[in-house]
Amino acid sequence: MTARTRRTAAKRREHLWCYVLLLPLLVAFGGFTLWPIVASWWYSLFDWDGVGNPTEWVGLANFVEVLTAPDFWRAFWHTFLFSLVAILIELPLALAFAILLNNARLRGRNLYRLALFVPVVTTTAVVGIVFVALLDPVRGAVNEILLAVGLVDAPINFLGSTTTALPTLMGIDLWKGFGISLIYWLAALQTVPKDLIEAAQLDGARRASIVRHIMVPVMAPIAIVIMLLLFQRSLGTFDLVQAMTAGGPVYSTDVVPTYIYRYAFSPEMQAPRYGFACAAGVVFGLLTLVLTLLQAPALRYRKRVAV
Amino acid sequence: MSTTVTSGTSAAPADPTRTPDGLPKLYHGRKSGWRWRPQLSHLFLVPFCLVWVYPFIWMFSAAFKSQREMLLGGLSLIPEEPTLDNFSRAWTTAKFGEYTVNTIIFTVLVVAIVLLVTSLAGYALSRPGLPFKKLIIGILVATMFIPHGYTIIPVFLLVNELGLGNSLLGAALAQAAPVHVVPVLLFMGFFGGMPSELEDAAKVDGAGFFRTFLSIMLPLAKPVIGTVALMNFISAWSAFFVPLVFTLGNPGLRTLGVGMYNFFGQESTDFAGLAAGATISVLPTIVVFLLLQKTFIEGIAGAVKS
Repeated sequence: MTARTRRTAAKRREHLWCYVLLLPLLVAFGGFTLWPIVASWWYSLFDWDGVGNPTEWVGLANFVEVLTAPDFWRAFWHTFLFSLVAILIELPLALAFAILLNNARLRGRNLYRLALFVPVVTTTAVVGIVFVALLDPVRGAVNEILLAVGLVDAPINFLGSTTTALPTLMGIDLWKGFGISLIYWLAALQTVPKDLIEAAQLDGARRASIVRHIMVPVMAPIAIVIMLLLFQRSLGTFDLVQAMTAGGPVYSTDVVPTYIYRYAFSPEMQAPRYGFACAAGVVFGLLTLVLTLLQAPALRYRKRVAV
Repeated sequence: MSTTVTSGTSAAPADPTRTPDGLPKLYHGRKSGWRWRPQLSHLFLVPFCLVWVYPFIWMFSAAFKSQREMLLGGLSLIPEEPTLDNFSRAWTTAKFGEYTVNTIIFTVLVVAIVLLVTSLAGYALSRPGLPFKKLIIGILVATMFIPHGYTIIPVFLLVNELGLGNSLLGAALAQAAPVHVVPVLLFMGFFGGMPSELEDAAKVDGAGFFRTFLSIMLPLAKPVIGTVALMNFISAWSAFFVPLVFTLGNPGLRTLGVGMYNFFGQESTDFAGLAAGATISVLPTIVVFLLLQKTFIEGIAGAVKS
């Protein structure tokens, strides 16, 4: 045996070991991510209540029903609105706070960060219940304060009215997720080299040009990742809506995940409709994909800058 | 300074934009617009953050108020006659004790599964020259953005097929198995950054591949293990969607988040009891977070940067 073949044999043995270590991941990933994606497609072609094997083949009927259901599109629109609020309001607002709190000379900044971050680590169901109590039209603290200050004449039924329920939930969602966006931005700000800024200041660069020529290019790649993460989180909005309104009143806060949940698991339904729920999930997944691909120009920019 | 004044060039020193030599100043130091007074922002930050944490303050205070005081309302945040009744009612009558035990089991299982799967995979993927490495990482990252609601039905059916339906292990599997991209990348980055001399030395000492991993590499990865464990502890403790779906058939297995939600549906008038239950369910995460916030936040920040 030459030294060379011995080396390749050793390498091969090492790779074999690597795959042994990878096995749990491959099994978990295959079973709980890849297979469900494929299985959703398959199940969506059946009219199936989840009992036994799916046998009643209905072809694309479920898809036709999803695509023509105004309820589905309303839920999708609400999900999309959650994303818009996250990207257009939460993202810039968190950046402003991050810049403020990134200043080393600001005393007590850790305390501020803490206060803004605590909602992130809190159980959504708890958040939901606390806010339901706070927003109660009869004894809720928010209405009592608004009445005492004289901002409103009559208590507002924040969660009980079809016009106010969705904006209220969006506000709470922003409250809960804000801290994580803040941490993302603070991490991004750390990547801007301090000596670069100081050098630019020494050269007499103005604040605006430092922002434009140093901070924006350095932070852009991470900013795009932050945007994608936020977008992804907002698409998955379920916990808060389910815990607070379960999509009501009159479906005015319904989002796609609560819509799917209702058809598949809700005890209120007589019989679960797994096939239909899967079809809704597949359509939702495809729409998400399209929306993510629409951000491809941003991703290409990220690649170009990162080089 | 005094010499320049007496030498007759005394017109310049008053001008702050010029150096004592009369040349234009290039570096304005603290006086330039770039450096503003940060302390002014307290005026805005203090009230803002108070509003931000108000729900928590309200919750903690309501947990100690008597039911009568809650019914009367009022904005006072200090309970008139503090009581622990709400806690005992939540703990026994509303089964929060049971929910707490379930939550602990669920969380420990999730953290254990995630750590096991991701540390092994992270190490394997950090080895140079592994065939299909890029493909595996690529697929992992690509599926990161799939919404949870899309895959929940097949996952639910799979867990039932495995005979783990209506069990905490089944719920923990459903929670832990699909979400491991970020920890894998964290472990991969850490192990990839280790000097190769370390392994060579182990090899010379006669340690095999697995022994090297277990007794040398893994103990060194403590910071990553801590970060991953902490992040998953908090997310599993506060999980809602997966435990909700997986305990529908067996209310005895509810975790705190799910129990909270059901409690609320039935007895919506007992806000004091609810506040006590809410306090029981968030206290562990908040305490752990307060103790280990630096690790936690750095872990999240590190995950975003990489």
